[in-house]
Amino acid sequence: MTLWFVFALMTVAAIFAVLWPLGRNGRAQDQGSEVAVYKDQLAEIERDLAAGLIPAPDAEAARVEISRRLLAAAASEPAMAPKSNLKWRRAAAVLALAGLPLVAIGIYMPLGSPRLQDFPLAQRERGSGSGVAQSLENLVVQVQQHLEKNPTDGRGWNVLAPVLERLGRFDDAVRAYRNSLTYNGESAERRSDLGEAISAAAGGVVTVEAKAEFERAQALNADDPKANYFLGLAAEQDGRKDDAATIWRALLAKAPADAPWRALVQSSLVRVGGGTMPALSDETIAASKDMAEGDRNAMVRGMVDRLATRLKQNGDDVDGWLRLVRAYLVMGERDKAMGASADARQAVASDAERLRQLNEGLMTLGLGG
Amino acid sequence: MIAESGHYALVLALGLALIQSIVPLIGARLNDVALMNVARSTALAQLLFVGASFVALVMLHVNSDFSVANVYENSHSMKPLLYKITGVWGNHEGSMLLWVSILALFGGLVAAFGNNLPLSLRAHVLAVQAWVASAFYLFILVTSNPFLRIASPPIEGRDLNPVLQDIGLAVHPPMLYLGYVGFSISFSFAIAALMEGRIDAAWARWVRPWTLVAWIFLTLGIAMGSYWAYYELGWGGWWFWDPVENASLMPWLSGTALLHSALVMEKRNALKVWTILLSILTFSLSLLGTFLVRSGVITSVHAFATDPTRGVFILLILCLFIGGSLALFAGRATSLKQGGLFAPISREGALVLNNLLLTVACAVVLFGTLYPLAMEMLADFKMSVGAPFYNLTFAPLFTLLLLAVPFGPMLAWKRGDLLGVTQRLLAAGVAGLVAVAIAWGWASGGSTLAPLAIGLGIFVIGGAVTDIVERTGLVRLPFATVLHRARGMPRSAWGTAFAHAGLGVALIGIVCETTWNSEYIATMKQNDVAQIAGFDVKLDGLLQRQGPNYREMIAEFNVSLDGKPLSVMTPSKRSFTTRGSSTTEAALLTRGASQLYISLGEANAEGAIAVRIYYKPMVLMIWWGPVLMAFGGVLSLSDRRLRVGAPKPARAKQRLQPAE
Repeated sequence: MTLWFVFALMTVAAIFAVLWPLGRNGRAQDQGSEVAVYKDQLAEIERDLAAGLIPAPDAEAARVEISRRLLAAAASEPAMAPKSNLKWRRAAAVLALAGLPLVAIGIYMPLGSPRLQDFPLAQRERGSGSGVAQSLENLVVQVQQHLEKNPTDGRGWNVLAPVLERLGRFDDAVRAYRNSLTYNGESAERRSDLGEAISAAAGGVVTVEAKAEFERAQALNADDPKANYFLGLAAEQDGRKDDAATIWRALLAKAPADAPWRALVQSSLVRVGGGTMPALSDETIAASKDMAEGDRNAMVRGMVDRLATRLKQNGDDVDGWLRLVRAYLVMGERDKAMGASADARQAVASDAERLRQLNEGLMTLGLGG
Repeated sequence: MIAESGHYALVLALGLALIQSIVPLIGARLNDVALMNVARSTALAQLLFVGASFVALVMLHVNSDFSVANVYENSHSMKPLLYKITGVWGNHEGSMLLWVSILALFGGLVAAFGNNLPLSLRAHVLAVQAWVASAFYLFILVTSNPFLRIASPPIEGRDLNPVLQDIGLAVHPPMLYLGYVGFSISFSFAIAALMEGRIDAAWARWVRPWTLVAWIFLTLGIAMGSYWAYYELGWGGWWFWDPVENASLMPWLSGTALLHSALVMEKRNALKVWTILLSILTFSLSLLGTFLVRSGVITSVHAFATDPTRGVFILLILCLFIGGSLALFAGRATSLKQGGLFAPISREGALVLNNLLLTVACAVVLFGTLYPLAMEMLADFKMSVGAPFYNLTFAPLFTLLLLAVPFGPMLAWKRGDLLGVTQRLLAAGVAGLVAVAIAWGWASGGSTLAPLAIGLGIFVIGGAVTDIVERTGLVRLPFATVLHRARGMPRSAWGTAFAHAGLGVALIGIVCETTWNSEYIATMKQNDVAQIAGFDVKLDGLLQRQGPNYREMIAEFNVSLDGKPLSVMTPSKRSFTTRGSSTTEAALLTRGASQLYISLGEANAEGAIAVRIYYKPMVLMIWWGPVLMAFGGVLSLSDRRLRVGAPKPARAKQRLQPAE
């Protein structure tokens, strides 16, 4: 309500600015005219002459010239006396009284947001007190601001890093984990968290950098489950399926029965062919059955993408290429399959033996020739 | 409430401007005093409302109210207070609001202090002013509204472009806008004169001070912008002939011409039609500059965001005002009263030559600016017109102009004695020649033209000094008389001398910097020593520092001259987290008018850093010149005397010719 009151006051002030001169009965006031200017100039010449600033002949010449202009000006001075025109004054008043508010409201309403309150920083920092729900992003920003000022607050980094990772801001998460390591000290968990964030940033590929972190974690704690799982994944992505299976089997052997990550490792083991079906717990099977079609597709697609990324980095793996092509064919993406087989030929072209293997494999998939 | 009140105040200002652009004209037609006086009160009320609107936006920025889109996009809660305030015009919307605020300020000043103007002239002037204002209020409200809101405000803003987080932003844009927009007054006066069909002494008496105010600010604004680019962009360049710079130079050139032709008009009642045309052209060029910078036709640090509707809107305003005013000029100019007569060799004649050279120079810059744009648009052919073009065209024109500058103020009004003036300028000429000889002997390498140009600069300064010496009678008369005469001399004469000397000073700076500038670019490790122009610059080390909203890498350099330690220089590289961009902060060491300049490049993994070191002899004179010019302008402005050009009594009958 206050806002509309302020608007009303402002509008009244604006209207008053128009009405005020209209109300003052237009008496002729002092105004400048050409004649006045020349008279001032003549007076100034007298002053200068008296002060000795200009010599007498110059003053005389100037005086003559100005007088000439003065006469001309006086002759052409408009002799019209000011008139007052009541009809037009009324029209102007109506224009101000009706037109001004109409124009103002007509333009303001579609553009303005009269219902929105001001929201300065001071008020926002009081936070929920103002009844505003703090979103996760806003909290993150606040913590980041705090850490910008106190970068050595290790606990802060510890809190921030997993949140950033969950928000999908992997690069920021990597930086936060690194800071956490710097200010909280070494630990197997932090190392493997960092490794996880790095591979997440690389789209799920366990890069050399990430692998180094997991190896360091493993050195600190040989049983660290995350480090072991990812080292297995790295082996799988490198095409060393047997190594992967060995690592994961050892991990499962040491794992407590109720470890939440058991199912994940078991399904991975099945993927590399190292596990037998019984190795899967009943729940996992149930879970994968319950998995919606879409989720399963997403899972498959994610794996295919990872394979493609890895092959881009290291193209020597003929089996890998064949698996990729097959996967594309299964998913019904023939174009991508053709593209991948072309890439594969290019990647192994320098090695006759591998090229032969590849061509044979492709032939069996119906893509030969 | 602040945001919405500011928004509504802007809308009300538009409403008032619309009334101000119609009612006073009707009043002037009917000769009704009350209706004409509406112009005055609405202009003042408009100033009040736009001022309130601008203050509201400043408060929103200071409070970091991110529910306002403009604040969210250009501010950050951790920014230092100064940059929160300057950030108001460090973006498109806010800078346009500053533009109209200044326009309203000038309108308000005319309304408040225009008592000595004929009533109908004042009504016309304010109405024209209101046309311009209405167009720009509409432009702001429709295409670049700074008061649009965000329903669920984010907690942190996106920060101001780091390059703009500098004290330069506090000074450069307001100065430049005061200059650009100040020329709107002379434009409004010109249009008013055309509409009334008469132009009298009161007109001239008013136009010159306004033009002078605008010119002073524009001069300082351009100089400041150039110095800012010099120290902030990290390349040590101070003028790039880029379209945005040209956009400010063109109104300056035609504004300078206007200043001189208004002088003739004020003192001798001549050159009226030409002065009117120049007024129109100068403001048109200001508008063109606004269009070029604001429409996104050109990409530069000045074009904050590009939006085609804005470009089209400004283009429309541009066509309306430039086309309309020129059409009015073509239709009405012939009906104006013709002015006085004078001989070609006279003060007036010299000023005509000045106008001729300045307008041709301005046309050259206009061509150089628009031709590449036109080529790109019509023929899809990218080209850039740079220094070589201007060296061949602009430089000779200015050389001619500078040669003529010392003669102008020494010639008498109406009919002058060129031979006499030449004799009196002999000393300045000799000083110039001596300077050429010295520069030739001293200089090693560089262009052979450089010593000549330095001689020219000395000649211009010498000419200004000679003028003062002549007027005060120094040398000839006893000292007490000289002092008396110096005190009694019109301040505008001092102003002329300072402004003209400023030209010479700037020229010397430009020539020295471009000819004998030395540079050292390399990757330096700790304890590496660079040798440049006799200085030993040793890299002591790199250190990190946390600023309010950035992280900073500082390099410490120990500078010594001939083995004696001189100073420590600390250039830095700032990286701003929010925008994810970085700026280089160059370190400057001033010795006399010369500067040693260090800026940092990228650091590599081995702790080595790319460093650019420049030694720029006499570089500061480039900016001292414009400051001197502006000081001359202020002196001339403070001269409250009326101006009458007293002609020397005729000694011999000379052939006269019409002024126009």
